[in-house]
Amino acid sequence: MTNFVASVFSSSNYWFIVLRSTAPILLVTLGAVITEAANIKNMALEGSMLWAALMGVVVSAWTGNAWLGLIAGIASSVAIALILGLFALKLDANPVLCGVALNLFSSGGTVFVLFSLTGDKGISSSLSSKTLPFLHLPYIENIPWLGSILSGQNIVVWISVLAVVIVHLLLNKATIGRRIRATGENVEAAKSAGIDPVRIKFLTLAISGVLAGIAGCFLSMGYTSNFTSGIAAGRGYVANAAQVVAGGTAFGAIFASLIFGLTDAMATYLQNVGMPPELIQALPYLVTILGFIVVTLIRDHREIQRKRRLFEGDTGSTFGRGPGRPHQTTGEAAS
Amino acid sequence: MKATTKRKESVFRKIGYFFSDKEKLEPTLVIIFTALFSILLGVGLIFLVSKDPVQSARNFVLGPFMRTYNIYYLIIAMVPLIFTGLALCIIYQLHYMSLIVDSSFYMGAVIATAIGVNVALPAGVHPLLAMILAGLVGGLIGILPAILRIKWRANELVSSLMLNYVFYFVGSYIILYFLRDRNQAILASLPFRSTFALPKLIPNTQLHAGVLIAILFIVLVSIFLYKTRWGYQIRVTGANPRFAAYAGIPVATVVILAHFISGFIGGVGGAVEMAGLYRAFIWQTNPSYAWDGVIVAMLAKRNPKYVPLSAFFLAYLRVGADFMSRRGDVAFEFVTLLQGFIILILASDKISNSLKIRRLRKAALASEQESKARTTMPSTEGNTL
Repeated sequence: MTNFVASVFSSSNYWFIVLRSTAPILLVTLGAVITEAANIKNMALEGSMLWAALMGVVVSAWTGNAWLGLIAGIASSVAIALILGLFALKLDANPVLCGVALNLFSSGGTVFVLFSLTGDKGISSSLSSKTLPFLHLPYIENIPWLGSILSGQNIVVWISVLAVVIVHLLLNKATIGRRIRATGENVEAAKSAGIDPVRIKFLTLAISGVLAGIAGCFLSMGYTSNFTSGIAAGRGYVANAAQVVAGGTAFGAIFASLIFGLTDAMATYLQNVGMPPELIQALPYLVTILGFIVVTLIRDHREIQRKRRLFEGDTGSTFGRGPGRPHQTTGEAAS
Repeated sequence: MKATTKRKESVFRKIGYFFSDKEKLEPTLVIIFTALFSILLGVGLIFLVSKDPVQSARNFVLGPFMRTYNIYYLIIAMVPLIFTGLALCIIYQLHYMSLIVDSSFYMGAVIATAIGVNVALPAGVHPLLAMILAGLVGGLIGILPAILRIKWRANELVSSLMLNYVFYFVGSYIILYFLRDRNQAILASLPFRSTFALPKLIPNTQLHAGVLIAILFIVLVSIFLYKTRWGYQIRVTGANPRFAAYAGIPVATVVILAHFISGFIGGVGGAVEMAGLYRAFIWQTNPSYAWDGVIVAMLAKRNPKYVPLSAFFLAYLRVGADFMSRRGDVAFEFVTLLQGFIILILASDKISNSLKIRRLRKAALASEQESKARTTMPSTEGNTL
């Protein structure tokens, strides 16, 4: 067993697959992080991905250009996110229920449209769709082990890395990020500061739509080269769990989506050892839940420790235990 | 003679009361409006994509009533919807969002298959045992998201959706590795023993005794939610968990119990579906009746009393779409699209409550005027005095 694990982890092919299967999850998780920062749950990410995957294939087959497909995919994905906003923010619907409804609408709607266009319910192979380009990196290619992992990845893998940085900067450095977080923390306070919370929430939904759109297009135009029914396979839901694991930060999203990516990539290897494929397919979802529990346990533990330290620090300062301590604890409390 | 006329009058008066009591009429009206609206929307979609729209639309709207076989099929199609709808009524009374009923239903069917294939028992006891065991397993599955929510504050909808994937794969693993019929080309379990089948209500049709079990469950869940202490505690917890805790209701226990019962109903539903309708487990994918249950429970306003009507409406849509897709060029999945749209409309309070809001506003205006009239009267008296 240890031999097997060692051989898998040392194989460059494994890490290649890890990067490939982490990228879509990472993008959607970032989408979930940004809407959650404004305190609105986008459960419709799954539906957004489905429409993006379908429209990407359809438009790229129709125009013969993968980039136009990507744009159409993103547009349809944003449309779903904005419909969610319309119902949840303007018509007072429960956003979670609306998300579920939109996912149902999308899972049926994509198959309906696919069947109406191609006469096939399962797969879009009759459409000659394009794929997004795979990047062969000129010098890195030649590095022995690392080169075969990094080179030859789809461009979306690199877009997902870029997206982490952009979302991080957006949330922490930009004015709009401060507005988003203010809306998420206290709507009334944000309003009194002149922020329109509804507009901010719409904006975050649109951004998450863009991210889910790229992820959806990647699934049908890079990860595989066809649209198949239910291609998102619950990744939108996984993203909502991964967002909690990420703790609301862009860099946390890398860690959270890696949990899924590592297990997902491991699945193909476990199959070779003779584990039944059904149980392997269940593994990524199970691990995401377990990861969620572990992270919550750690966070609770830290919270208890923090409170204890705060308490001790308070008493410590009154009894003159150390001058640095209270300052440090207040700093932590603020974070 | 006199007595009969009097009785007739009272029946009419009762009907009159029913229509004048808007509080009672509203859920029924909402169901009927939603039904008409979604049928219209469906017909519109058919005209958009079909090459022979008139025939397809006719099949969709009238198909369920065109043949006696279809009418029986319509009644049978209601059974799983009633079970998942009832299960979700309980969850929604709690104001939880868990969709784990999907797993309970699927695993209930798997457990029932295992018992139907492997256990030898006399006719009546065999399906009964399967239902009880399937219910217990379904109940145990049902409490998982509740525990995750209570202990680790995991969003119950997200965790239940993940668990649905897990249990779907586990269930198909059990069927594939322990119960599979290797002589069949498609994925199917070994055939059930003959004692496992539920009796037919009308011979040589598909109409099975599961319909009666479903009706029994509607009555039981109604009584449970509205006439027992546990049901009351569930409703109070749903309305205001903090108040419930102050009032001494053990909130965590109530939540877990409600989830267990909801999962139990789902599990029994899966077993009934297997014993009533099939000769072997032949589901190639998860039928996901829980998603239909969401609409049933929402249309019924979480009240089991209205579940049969909303289940009938949904079964009608599904049977119509099935009939149409077999005879035309429109995919069956368009009904899923419609369902998503229906939930969207039902979920938006501003749309679905517009009737209610208008009535409340009218009542408020009237009472305001009345109180104005009342307050002005004594004040004028005071002036004159």
